[in-house]
Amino acid sequence: MTAERSGADILIEALTDLGVEIVFGYPGGAVLPIYDALFKQKKIRHILVRQEGGAAHAAEGYARSTGKPGVVLVTSGPGATNAVTGIADALLDSIPMVVITGQVGTPLIGTDAFQECDTVGITRHCTKHNYLVKDPAKLGDIVHEAFHIATSGRPGPVVIDLPKDVQVATAPYRKPAPGAVLHKGYRPQVKADPVAIEAAVEMLAAAERPVLYTGGGIINSGPAAAQVLRELARITGAPVTSTLMGLGAFPASSPQWLGMLGMHGTYEANLAMNEADLIVALGARFDDRVTGRLDAFAPHSRKIHVDIDRSSINKIVRVDLGIVGDVGRAMEDMVKLWKVRQHQPQDLKPWFARIDQWRAKQCLAYPESIKEIMPQHAIRRLWEATRDRNPIITTEVGQHQMWAAQHFHFEGPNKWLTSGGLGTMGYGLPAAIGAQVGNPNALVIDIAGEASILMNIQEMSTAAQYRLPVKVFILNNEYMGMVRQWQDLTYGGRYSESYSAALPDFVKLAEAYGWTGLRIEGTQELDAGIEQMLSTPGPVMVDCRVAKLANCFPMIPSGAAHTDMLLQADEVSGEMDDEAKALV
Amino acid sequence: MHIREETVERHTLSVIVDNEAGILARIAGLFSSRGYNIQSLTVAEVTEDETISRITIVTSGPRAVIDQIIAQLDRLVNVHKVTDLTELGPHVERELALVKVKGTGDHRIEALRLAEVYRARVVDATISSFVFEVTGGSEKIDKFLELMREVGLVEVARTGVAAIARGAEPA
Repeated sequence: MTAERSGADILIEALTDLGVEIVFGYPGGAVLPIYDALFKQKKIRHILVRQEGGAAHAAEGYARSTGKPGVVLVTSGPGATNAVTGIADALLDSIPMVVITGQVGTPLIGTDAFQECDTVGITRHCTKHNYLVKDPAKLGDIVHEAFHIATSGRPGPVVIDLPKDVQVATAPYRKPAPGAVLHKGYRPQVKADPVAIEAAVEMLAAAERPVLYTGGGIINSGPAAAQVLRELARITGAPVTSTLMGLGAFPASSPQWLGMLGMHGTYEANLAMNEADLIVALGARFDDRVTGRLDAFAPHSRKIHVDIDRSSINKIVRVDLGIVGDVGRAMEDMVKLWKVRQHQPQDLKPWFARIDQWRAKQCLAYPESIKEIMPQHAIRRLWEATRDRNPIITTEVGQHQMWAAQHFHFEGPNKWLTSGGLGTMGYGLPAAIGAQVGNPNALVIDIAGEASILMNIQEMSTAAQYRLPVKVFILNNEYMGMVRQWQDLTYGGRYSESYSAALPDFVKLAEAYGWTGLRIEGTQELDAGIEQMLSTPGPVMVDCRVAKLANCFPMIPSGAAHTDMLLQADEVSGEMDDEAKALV
Repeated sequence: MHIREETVERHTLSVIVDNEAGILARIAGLFSSRGYNIQSLTVAEVTEDETISRITIVTSGPRAVIDQIIAQLDRLVNVHKVTDLTELGPHVERELALVKVKGTGDHRIEALRLAEVYRARVVDATISSFVFEVTGGSEKIDKFLELMREVGLVEVARTGVAAIARGAEPA
């Protein structure tokens, strides 16, 4: 008979048994028993954020950069609702995360008590799963099950709502036996159907114009999946493109690399998708930012889709062969079978010759300027100055994010942390904090915009408290640039509310938070400014003043096909029809 | 601009779930948040230990949407199994309705006569009213109600569709 202990102690012990080292959180009335239990132990380190939304994004950054689940602890009511954006973000980007929310005591649930909200109701559709725990005897198993669900199959956020009286009440706790089946109804299919793998290998061997279209699933599958992707690309000789979320899974220095695809992807990646005779989607989900106009998407190709989530297959694009399973294991099976069958790829020289013609367009070229810093140039210089240090890059959301995706190049997975699905401004700084906590010796840089950074600016205080040497590199153009760009393209340049008026002095702001603040104002200051940022210990905020009206190209306008890419600003028309306006 | 519409199919789905608090909200919410239709939804526990419930959902949508509904349901942690009975083939669908009819004279006699034709049972009677219990497929019930409207229909309570596959084996 194990001794009884409080729900709060059971929670801490279960987290410890699960190997949790870091919890991002913020205390409040409904989690005081848990904070008291935290106080009495030494194995779990708590990182105190400045707003619960920051905790959720920090947990995402921690998870994405380390491969371990992120853990969040917040109080009831506003604590939980503040975390919701980060939870929704983690759902759309498939980030493993467990969020523990305090709740009012069970007798008060449903009475509109102080700091009460229906957390399980609110988070039901932005979590992979959620629980309201009413019995401390079930808490231990639920915590273990929650981690299993968050980290297996298609990863995602799981919420455990824990009423205050359940934190205080006592029950026995026993660590579940390893390998115990935790949930009868939950059995993600990891191993792919061998018949489908065989068909995929035959299709790959027969393809004359194949493209490997990779996504965030490869990152989620783990570093081994990125390795086996390299092997699959090597033996098949196929060119590789990636979604925003998949950047880093395949080395950008490879001659087979096409760059990112989609709305702000490269000309060569999008044209290759359009002209391919076989597309192999690997842990990618045919997002509308990738496909452009659906009826014109990759019209000449057969399509294979490997995804661990059955509901992703045929959701948007009908495919010829759907394979449900872990993408890393499926690729491994494909590589093995290819070798056993001693397949040789078709002669891909004509295919690469066409790709080289598209590459010759130099779609990422931008107008150079000596007067002002072009934002693309700033990112290129940042990349060149840091590439040898294998940095972790986070971003906010907007033009700077797309420029970073285009001009910062990655050689390995888990180095690129960005809010892809939900597109959450304010993600980058807390995510950088989480990544720095999980990787204390890494260089972590948030490439930010001046508008986005203000959305979670309070987290500067968190970085200061824990002496986290994150670098925030703001491309300051005084506009919500992506909004302004769409207003240029779609609304005749009517800049409705997209100017960032009354901006703070970012240098003084940095100093106020105990950071170092730097300003870069002209092209001649750029390299020295980057150097100074890198050589300054502790957290640094850089206010890099860039060209105010630069737009992000290439671009597939909303409602257009891959073949209708705009390469430069002069191809832009001023108004769009209603069909295009209705698309996001 | 106009919103486009596609041809829709009606499908009856049988969903085996954990009998847990919130499961119905989870399923109903999935339909509303993703914009799927529910024509009818019934739920009741079906095992001796009361741990498992069967939910029968009648839904409609274009073929691709039906496939997506099944995949999305299957993805829920509390869902054990989803069967598309319409796709599977022979199955029985039944619904029960309680139908209150008010009237005297010819209307009253006609209501009773029609009830007999539809094998509806009288479960309550007053001098001026009946409550009929009628079971059958949804179409039969629709038809019965249409006739009752002519002879003094007051109100209706319908259970929604319960369905099960024909033959010896579970679906």
